[in-house]
Amino acid sequence: MPLISFTDKGLYCEQGNFYIDPWQPVDKAVITHAHSDHARGGSRAYLCHRDSLPLLKLRLGPYNYQLVEWNEKVILNEVIVSLHPAGHIIGSSQVRVEYKGEVWVVSGDYKTEADGLSGIFEAIPCNTFITESTFGLPIYNWKPQQAIYHDIQNWVRSNELANKTSVLIGYSLGKAQRLLKAVEEVPGNIYVHGAIWNVHETLLQAGFKLPAVQRITPDTPKEAFKGSVVIAPPSAEGSLWMRRFASYSVGICSGWMQVRGNQRRRNADAGFALSDHADWNGLLQAVKATGAEKVYITHGFQSVFSRYLNEIGIDASEVKTEYGTEDEETQSAN
Amino acid sequence: MHSFAQLIYTLSGSTKTNEKLQALVNYFAHANEKDKVWVIALFSGRRPRRTVSGTQLAVWCAELVNLPMWLFQECYHTVGDLSETIALLIPEKTNGSTQHPAQPLHYYVEKFQQLEKAAEAEKKLFILQSWLELSSRERFVFNKLLSGTFRVGVSQKLMVNALARTVQLDANVIAHRISGNWDPSTTLFSALLSEQSTQTDLSKPYPFYLAYALEGSLTELGEPADWQAEWKWDGIRGQVIKRNDQLFVWSRGEDLITEKFPEYTILQSKLPNGVVIDGEILPYKNGQVLNFNVLQTRIGRKNITKKHLQEAPVGLFAYDLLELNGEDIRHLALAERRAALEELIGMLQLPWLQLSPIVTFSNWDELTTIREQSRAINSEGLMLKRRSSAYLVGRRRGDWWKWKIDPLTIDAVMVYAQKGAGRRSNLYTDYTFAVKDGDKLVPFTKAYSGLTDKEFAQVDAFVKKNSLEKFGPVRTVKPELVFEIAFEGIAASNRHKSGVALRFPRISRWRIDKPPDEINTLDDLKKMLELYGK
Repeated sequence: MPLISFTDKGLYCEQGNFYIDPWQPVDKAVITHAHSDHARGGSRAYLCHRDSLPLLKLRLGPYNYQLVEWNEKVILNEVIVSLHPAGHIIGSSQVRVEYKGEVWVVSGDYKTEADGLSGIFEAIPCNTFITESTFGLPIYNWKPQQAIYHDIQNWVRSNELANKTSVLIGYSLGKAQRLLKAVEEVPGNIYVHGAIWNVHETLLQAGFKLPAVQRITPDTPKEAFKGSVVIAPPSAEGSLWMRRFASYSVGICSGWMQVRGNQRRRNADAGFALSDHADWNGLLQAVKATGAEKVYITHGFQSVFSRYLNEIGIDASEVKTEYGTEDEETQSAN
Repeated sequence: MHSFAQLIYTLSGSTKTNEKLQALVNYFAHANEKDKVWVIALFSGRRPRRTVSGTQLAVWCAELVNLPMWLFQECYHTVGDLSETIALLIPEKTNGSTQHPAQPLHYYVEKFQQLEKAAEAEKKLFILQSWLELSSRERFVFNKLLSGTFRVGVSQKLMVNALARTVQLDANVIAHRISGNWDPSTTLFSALLSEQSTQTDLSKPYPFYLAYALEGSLTELGEPADWQAEWKWDGIRGQVIKRNDQLFVWSRGEDLITEKFPEYTILQSKLPNGVVIDGEILPYKNGQVLNFNVLQTRIGRKNITKKHLQEAPVGLFAYDLLELNGEDIRHLALAERRAALEELIGMLQLPWLQLSPIVTFSNWDELTTIREQSRAINSEGLMLKRRSSAYLVGRRRGDWWKWKIDPLTIDAVMVYAQKGAGRRSNLYTDYTFAVKDGDKLVPFTKAYSGLTDKEFAQVDAFVKKNSLEKFGPVRTVKPELVFEIAFEGIAASNRHKSGVALRFPRISRWRIDKPPDEINTLDDLKKMLELYGK
């Protein structure tokens, strides 16, 4: 019996009797991070990082949550479980599972570049590494965060000159907070969509320092948006909600913007390839740094990435999971 | 190259015509003279000839970035564009790099021309060097130019309008001056736009007048007597020019195709000088217009053999007369031009050179009935032209309308899917469809268009769910989704398993209401072939 097996409910550790990011309700769920494809409600007990707690409460509601710090060991029926920074969003963690000297690490979602908010990704030596592969193709190589922030700032300034509202589109949890950091340096007001406001308030209450923003309500005067920055989730894109901005420019912030076709398809005025996932080189470095003898590849370009790893001498196989689609991609605007 | 790459990104990133126009006006105001000439050439379909193959570029890039070829291919299928794939795979120049700075546009394009006959190693050296000295955007544009796949989402009309603003000339005049035969590498910007350009180039065609599809009802057109109706023919629209004892044949895409139609050579002696005829090049035998498919067997061939001439003989159906006795008569009313054309064609007495017949009708209802016969004579429908209309430039509303017949349709099930290109990159949008043949499904056509973005997204999700991710571009899909496929024509084909080839197939609607076992059969297709494929 492998230490972690792939079941129809999710990644399961039989010895410790717990699941990692299960997609169905279970007795004990270890949660890597608060995005909806990884954290689902209905389980009896949850184990997560301290910083994930307010976000999980916001998204899943009240449950039995057990909190840990990074590197803190929890023992579940002789299995040593600990969380380690994944650098994906606030609170995001990799899960290290050890039993009788054998170590498995489940990456969850991760990025290798430090974003100043989410903790710094740590490569954890292990025997078996289960990694995501969202951007597992060599065409995905990100510019440094600073350079992208710079592009965003320039774009905002040029919109300001044209008296246009800059509408930046990004996930409300993760991307939106990074965007705030990016636009903070350009003087002017920042308005946010309700979904982002909720996350923002939750994080402020939890003690995170974020730039001041104003919530957009039906009463916000339209005049206020002229020349300002608006941050909204993907569901707002192209919806009636956008009508309140008279003259605006839309900038979509996502790793998928690396390819022109995606940008054109979404009718964006600008696309910024700002991602919370590791790029191709990031994935390769992470896999190599774990020194794992066996690598399992989940959501993303799993066949391509595993074939490539096998060719460079790393034993890899693909695994089908239900990760990879954040709700915000499909849910309608509100 | 920087400002040209910037221009291309602005043009392709914008959906607003005014923004595009402004970007072009700005470009023409600031770009260097040689680059401007190239931009006019590129935006009017005068692409540089391809000097290296896509495969060579792919192999060189994979080698440069040290990736296995299969991985390069995977990247290509996801991006959907070779030039962009290469642009993304090569790492960006770092600050303080020792590479040369990028050169202007004309430097690169003219270098391609010089290298056309050079040895492969020399081409490779130049290309690798350029890749490294250009930024990712510039590299993308460079590759587009290099691989002969340069296309922009900007009409020639828009470019001409921008040019008109820059040089303070009428757009119609510019459209004419930049038509025809000129070499961007030796033509000066000022000379190209001068009046002389139309006088010195004997081959210069006139810009074609094109019609929009009829909008609204026929009665809105007014009196039937004010209109001339003709069949709309499905061939190659062309201009035949005889000036100074020389004959030129142009296609609507502004390609000089004189050599492709040896049948027309006799016009060199027969036509008077100073004549330009607008007409349709059609497959034509024993007084009958044949299926377009017949012509397809000889277009694109470098050498036309005797066999081609026998099996796919062409005629010319004359629509209009644009020049007579060396004089531009486009401003005259259609009725006057037609009279002159009839006289000219009548005088020539060539069996394959016909006037496009006028369809006589006394009221709109009668014309509606006549239109039903279109398919039987291999016509696509009707053309309506106002008798008083001048011959205008480009696509215009008002005086000329095309009124095509409804397409043929068949219900089919999707069996394969492949990722699309351009704005459909990384989405399964290219489908293959099958009809039933007993228990079997027989693939018979591909179709790429006709669904909304939302529908494409739904089908994409279905494909991703219902087929395993594998290598290579094509996915076999559970035969479950039924679509109505519309097409303009059908012909026998021995290259296709189904035995038929369709003309302009596209998805006309998603038949969510129809289960896959109720789709059409191969027999249905064969009946259509029997009816319309001759």
